[in-house]
Amino acid sequence: MQFDQLLQYVLSGLSTGAIYALIGIGFSIIYNATGIINFAQGEFVMLGGMLTLLFLDSCKLPLWAAIPCAIAVSTASGMLFERLAIRPLRQPTPINLVIITIGGSILIRGLSMLLWGKDTHAIPPFSGEEPIAVGGATILPQHIWILGITLLIIAANKFYFYHTISGKAMRACAYNRRAAGLVGIDVRRMVLFSFIISSAMGSVAGIIVAPLTMTAYDVGVMLGLKGFCAAIIGGMSSGGATVVGGLILGILESLGAGLISSGYKDAIAFIILLLILFIRPQGLFGKAQSERV
Amino acid sequence: MLEVSGITQIFGGVTALEDVSFSIKKGDITGVIGPNGAGKTTLFNIISGIYTQSSGHVLLNNVDVSGQPPEKLARLGMVRTFQNIELFGGMTVLENVMVGLHTKSSSGLLACSLRMPWSRSEELNIRTAALKWLEFTGISELAEVTAGNISFGKGRLLEIARALAVEPGIILMDEPAAGLNSRETLGLARLIQRIRDLGITVVLVEHDMDLVMDICDRLLVLNLGRKLAEGTPQEIQENREVIAAYLGDAD
Repeated sequence: MQFDQLLQYVLSGLSTGAIYALIGIGFSIIYNATGIINFAQGEFVMLGGMLTLLFLDSCKLPLWAAIPCAIAVSTASGMLFERLAIRPLRQPTPINLVIITIGGSILIRGLSMLLWGKDTHAIPPFSGEEPIAVGGATILPQHIWILGITLLIIAANKFYFYHTISGKAMRACAYNRRAAGLVGIDVRRMVLFSFIISSAMGSVAGIIVAPLTMTAYDVGVMLGLKGFCAAIIGGMSSGGATVVGGLILGILESLGAGLISSGYKDAIAFIILLLILFIRPQGLFGKAQSERV
Repeated sequence: MLEVSGITQIFGGVTALEDVSFSIKKGDITGVIGPNGAGKTTLFNIISGIYTQSSGHVLLNNVDVSGQPPEKLARLGMVRTFQNIELFGGMTVLENVMVGLHTKSSSGLLACSLRMPWSRSEELNIRTAALKWLEFTGISELAEVTAGNISFGKGRLLEIARALAVEPGIILMDEPAAGLNSRETLGLARLIQRIRDLGITVVLVEHDMDLVMDICDRLLVLNLGRKLAEGTPQEIQENREVIAAYLGDAD
């Protein structure tokens, strides 16, 4: 096996991994604020890509304008989802909430299919398609966009959670919701914030990956599950561990597809997911879980 | 300051509290005492908005706050601490208190996320204010330690510091001396008095009679869900019904 080939797999794995990381962090943020797994997370990823397309084709906006519009609309739909589907629940047990998010995801996917049809669409890459040589491997400019934007978002996320009062309040909700309420934090508003942040992050992930992998009404299912997988590897942390989880998943997938068979690409993710859930449910890097009970 | 009238709480078929009424004067330290199962903690949970009473009213500064959620009450100036301390375990001690100052923060999510200059200086203000409360409770040297790693006694002080950061008019403490050693209890007594000296009304549920008799201005005695007596520690100590409830009736 040549080193160049290996490098190629790792590099392309890194950029898909970055996407999984972004989606995974979206899962973790909502999980930490509310204790639920939002299985509709993938649909916001899909909405990001499809809405960009809508603004490009139907509204004839340039790409630089279509992207913020798509993020804004996806974020608004995340907000609406929380308001209409999550908040009205009077006796929210985790299982009810999880089922609601699954139902919500089916609804969003169905509406998207009616609106955009079943075709696969492509978004133009952000800056050309001229491959760039890295060592003996090549990457596309879009790969650099993906890695750069992911880094930026993760840094912004970190800053928000650790250096702003609003972010600290959100972490406080994650650690102890009851105590958070008692010091005057409006927990329900924090839940809304968590949906806003993760739908925004999800849609960005969907937009930056669309030029590489194309997009369609049902891409959210697979991307969402892979993001979930990244979050599980990271032990549902909304920081570094989930990023590493996403990157590990991306690289393993790409190596598996390259070295074994591309047919096993998705299977690899789910084998990892199952293994982690069986052997280390607290995540690869997590301490045994005790504080979230 | 705080007025409770006709509180009744029924859990299933059990009446935990029956028609309890009392009022608490501003600036007093009031102790709620009574044998186990008297309904003290239930009363606290109702006043602090964790339970909603079956009937009756809670008035805070003459405003009916019955059934308001805890975060509303905190904004109205009423906070509480727990018997089993409730901290934000993964955050530092300082961050725990900073979160208590959350309600004082004026710039919203957007300004914070976009790193606006005024939001930066506000964080500094909040940090300074939080440190002040850590100094007040005497744990400022632990500021950067993760809250999950500090001792139970220090955790209690942190919980009090966090509650004070909300700048409440009244603070409810559920068994603040539980789990503390005698030296820590002594420090706690002085701390509670210093809190009162700030003009904050204190209400505490407590089993440690030395502490209660030492620092409380007034006492409220509950027994089997009913108010048994109310008065100064002196009066309570001489009250025959109270003695009977604690020691059993001689008859």
